[in-house]
Amino acid sequence: MSNVDRLRKSFRTALDLSSDYDVDSLEYRGIEKWDSLAHMALVATLEDEFGVMIDTDEVIDMSSFTKACEILTKQGVDFGE
Amino acid sequence: MTTTVADGVFTLSQSEKQSLLLPELVRLTEHHRNHGEAYARILSATGHVSGREYREEADLPWLPVRLFKTQVLKSISDDEVFKVLTSSGTTGDVSRIFLDKEAAAAQTRMLSKTIQTVLGKQRLPMLVVDTTAIIKDRKSFSARGAGVLGMMNFGRDHVWALDAEQQPDLEAIRGFLAKHGDQPFLIFGFTFMVWLYLYELARDHKLDLSNGILVHSGGWKKLIDRSVDNAEFRRAFAADTGLTRIHNFYGMVEQIGVVYLEGADGNSLYCPDFADVIIRDPQTWAELPPGQPGLVQVLSTLPESYPGHSLLTEDLGVVHGVDDGHWPGKRFSILGRLPRAEARGCSDTFSAGAA
Repeated sequence: MSNVDRLRKSFRTALDLSSDYDVDSLEYRGIEKWDSLAHMALVATLEDEFGVMIDTDEVIDMSSFTKACEILTKQGVDFGE
Repeated sequence: MTTTVADGVFTLSQSEKQSLLLPELVRLTEHHRNHGEAYARILSATGHVSGREYREEADLPWLPVRLFKTQVLKSISDDEVFKVLTSSGTTGDVSRIFLDKEAAAAQTRMLSKTIQTVLGKQRLPMLVVDTTAIIKDRKSFSARGAGVLGMMNFGRDHVWALDAEQQPDLEAIRGFLAKHGDQPFLIFGFTFMVWLYLYELARDHKLDLSNGILVHSGGWKKLIDRSVDNAEFRRAFAADTGLTRIHNFYGMVEQIGVVYLEGADGNSLYCPDFADVIIRDPQTWAELPPGQPGLVQVLSTLPESYPGHSLLTEDLGVVHGVDDGHWPGKRFSILGRLPRAEARGCSDTFSAGAA
């Protein structure tokens, strides 16, 4: 599975969305399921899936799917464009 | 791993702060005058006409914090409102604080910078001295729930110290300590719950909390009856559990994003660089010098979306000293509520029989 698909899958798992839900344009608080509690589940899921440590600033900064992609890229995850 | 971020947002001497904050606070006064009718009326009724000169922070107009319970005070249009925060008043009246998207982001960012001063940038394993029941209803959190959730951003691998019946969960705490107790970890809770449920348990079961960093808030009202003040709280935790890194903080929903944080020296609260306090005589409103207790006025440059940059609280406090403590600026303590003021605060919603 490509890294971007792993990221999509992590979002769907953490936010409890269906397996075909389009997550690429999601924003924090843009849908009911991505609330502050789910956000913590999402952070934990991403840390497990990609083996990274996300710090407090990044938790706060992770306001969209695109932002999550950027933050993980900085941590060395290759999304290959 | 828990290198602190130098002195973070606790860097300015009192004179530096005064010269940086005063023009910003004057700007905010004008900004809110121009964007809020109710605030503009209050200013003109109290002689604070547009263009008046202010030579120091103490000359600035202030609002009684209580006004947010009876008035809609905001400086943004209805369709810009992103979040409405409410306090947990016990007599029905609640403060309503209006944030737009930018203000909501700014308060989160500045709270984070403040707390990172003592925690570092890394999220630490976190023991929450509360019950998961407070965030069960995801659509409407109590003020207490919102406070806990806000702090959870600073932690990882969160464990709740109380079970669903609000009883201490010794096995959960033991499990947490077995896994994380040999490295720095974060403990968060409301002051009297931390005392009643964590301190007594840790003492009785000889739990080692020496690697913990405790952040707590919520007032001492319920502990005064047990003769526990801040000094005793710190002494007992250190003596019986090894926990010495303890940071009490003072804050309110009306100045969301600002926490006045206890320094490593203990027993003094400090103002972050974007905030300040003034102690006033409750009869004459005159500013009081260090050592004399009075009403606490809080100042902050954060509130852009509502006129909360200068507020007179109903709390009594005292400044202990200026530029003479662990961090620069004023160091102070909160002594309690002004007698007869309405009881208020997140932890007041907790209905334990022990309270």
